[in-house]
Amino acid sequence: MKLKLTTLALGAIMAAGPVLADLVLPSLSYRTGPFAVGGIPLADGYADYFTMVNARDGGIGGLPVRVIECETAYNTEKGVECYEATKGEGALVYQPFSTGITYQLIPKATADGIPLHTMGYGRTSAKNGKVFSHVFNYPTNYWDAASVAINYLLDENGGDINGRKIALVYHNSAYGKEPIRTLEELAKKHGFELSLLPVDHPGQEQKSQWLQIRREKPDTVLMWGWGVMNQVAIQEAANIRFPMEDFIGVWWSGAEADVIPAGDASNGYKSLIMNGMGKNYPIYDDIQKYVVDTGKAAGVGDQIGTVLYNRTIYAGFLAHMAILKAQEIHGVADITPPMMRDGMEALVITEEMMAANGMPGFGPEFEVSCENHGGPGVGAVQQWDASAGVWNQITEFKASDKSIIDPLVEADSMAYAAENNIELRCN
Amino acid sequence: MSDQFLYAIEVTLNGLMAGVLYALVALGFVLIYKASGIFNYAQGVMALFAAMTLVGIMDGQVPFSHLINATFGTKVHHFGWHVPALAAIALTVGVMVALAWMVQRFVMRHLVNQEPIILFMATIGLAYFLEGVSDLMWGSEIKKLDVGLPQGGSRWVEDATAFLGSENFYGFFIDKLDMVATVVAVLLVIALMLFSNYTKQGRAMRAVADDHQAALSVGISLNFIWILVWSVAGFVALVAGIVWGTKSGVQFSLSLIALKALPVLMLGGFTSIPGAIVGGLIIGVGEKLFEFTFGAMMGGATENWFAYVLALVFLVFRPQGLFGEKIIERV
Repeated sequence: MKLKLTTLALGAIMAAGPVLADLVLPSLSYRTGPFAVGGIPLADGYADYFTMVNARDGGIGGLPVRVIECETAYNTEKGVECYEATKGEGALVYQPFSTGITYQLIPKATADGIPLHTMGYGRTSAKNGKVFSHVFNYPTNYWDAASVAINYLLDENGGDINGRKIALVYHNSAYGKEPIRTLEELAKKHGFELSLLPVDHPGQEQKSQWLQIRREKPDTVLMWGWGVMNQVAIQEAANIRFPMEDFIGVWWSGAEADVIPAGDASNGYKSLIMNGMGKNYPIYDDIQKYVVDTGKAAGVGDQIGTVLYNRTIYAGFLAHMAILKAQEIHGVADITPPMMRDGMEALVITEEMMAANGMPGFGPEFEVSCENHGGPGVGAVQQWDASAGVWNQITEFKASDKSIIDPLVEADSMAYAAENNIELRCN
Repeated sequence: MSDQFLYAIEVTLNGLMAGVLYALVALGFVLIYKASGIFNYAQGVMALFAAMTLVGIMDGQVPFSHLINATFGTKVHHFGWHVPALAAIALTVGVMVALAWMVQRFVMRHLVNQEPIILFMATIGLAYFLEGVSDLMWGSEIKKLDVGLPQGGSRWVEDATAFLGSENFYGFFIDKLDMVATVVAVLLVIALMLFSNYTKQGRAMRAVADDHQAALSVGISLNFIWILVWSVAGFVALVAGIVWGTKSGVQFSLSLIALKALPVLMLGGFTSIPGAIVGGLIIGVGEKLFEFTFGAMMGGATENWFAYVLALVFLVFRPQGLFGEKIIERV
């Protein structure tokens, strides 16, 4: 009996033939739940990018990319469950697009040897590669965002914002509180007065905060919001007739869905961006040809070119380039997660690479190193034109104030290393 | 008058308006609890479903289009027409009545005489089911809702009150949408009171609320009354969905407005329509004044937890709420 079973099993294996390798990229999406409005374009962009790469280029290094989507509803526990459920598939890198999930995954992914890429969110001090071996947050992070916003105000005010009043309206969570320390340091350096206005989740009711803004009359309001908080804040700002050109959101508070509900009243609102905007890039011709026209689009095709869709097109591109780098370093196409980590740590992004992929000027040129997992830390400013229904980029990509950011990154990462007995790398 | 005092008045006025918005949500809970003893966990999701249905009808969106397209390989999303707001509201009311019938036919009818906790659990299931159906039917994207309600601070109120303070005082800020919501809420409460006191169906509803068995014995149809109650609660959910959806756009978070109604219910009582209004006003003013007075020294964002603390304090002294019926258990 035992012999029969063994023969049958062997026969089945032989009949199945060789297993084709693929490159697995899990997508911890949130197409449902309170943040679905942002989650849908994020998930669509990531999926469509790799559908296009498979169809246009035949995969990466000859191997197809398999995106495994797992729904988290932006729930941290579900995010961890998705991680556990997908890591065994040979997941090369996780990009959760959730700060809460990121915090939970940092120790797990590090222990499992799987890299995390959290561009513009997550734990800012993960920029320090000496401490965070498997976490990358290139090309920029929250603290860079706070500094880029202040640099923009400096440029707008002839380099002097001494005595100006700046209010921060923020989601009352770990995410929303991220820029506070940086802004406090910048306030000391530039002499502006900072007031803090937390908004409880989900942010549907913000009357108190905006009445306070009306009373205190700040010169500028910065916003660190997500989900419904953004739409309500922009509407409340319009209600009290706060000048939209003096209202600047972080890059998670500057999507089409954030401004459209307020209609014409949102005209002039500004936000930071970390990547290219609109559909005016050759890559969108490829997406149209290989993804939309063939009926393989992840969504209904109405998100293409929107702010958050573009963000995961960029995230996909950065993962794509890191896979190529890993394949180049290790001389194999079928890379493992540790190889992917090596590729990410040696990543170099040039204008030629972006242009060759149909994305000229889509993001900054940068290099990742063992010490610096955060890239150049740059950002630009965009402004909403309500009548045309488009965002316009109004500044170039500019660097943050490293004299403020770097010491903060060093202090926070070293504290983490001490708490977790982490031996420093890159010596 | 000092500016600080005027600001306190402004906060109070806005607290009253916010309270009315909370009460709009709480009313739906009260109606169903009063008539059937069910704490309807799905009330917030009903507001979301109603608002999504309204926008979908107005925009001529094809319901379940994602499902249809995925199944049949078609690309239909819109009918290509736009339905006027009033007609769309009427059609949405029809959908909410149909939903009430389905809830009664497929859920509640099978749970008659079950423990309240079982009925509560059923409404939790209903909430998640409706969430999924809403997404499947109309999509998860944010939608702008415009039924013609005004928005923004009232310039008239600002100009008329600016003289009260110094040159730094701009006059009272009152949102026009909040003013409309207040009028709507008052009309709604009056209509509900008239309906329950002066119509045959309303009196039958109250009879069922008092004693199911006795109501049945005099020929009142329990099924009909429960469909009626869920329909009225659906209508109230639609009103709440319109007001809150106009403020923030129609999206999933609309379902979370139920969280703002819970302290109102604890304070006003689960069985009183005026209690929902008074409870809403107390919570609205209380949380806004507390934030204004102590928010800065406590790091801000006190409103959510303070509303529950305030409700708890009332509960300690009046467990049935301010207007709730006293609970008497006879052995």
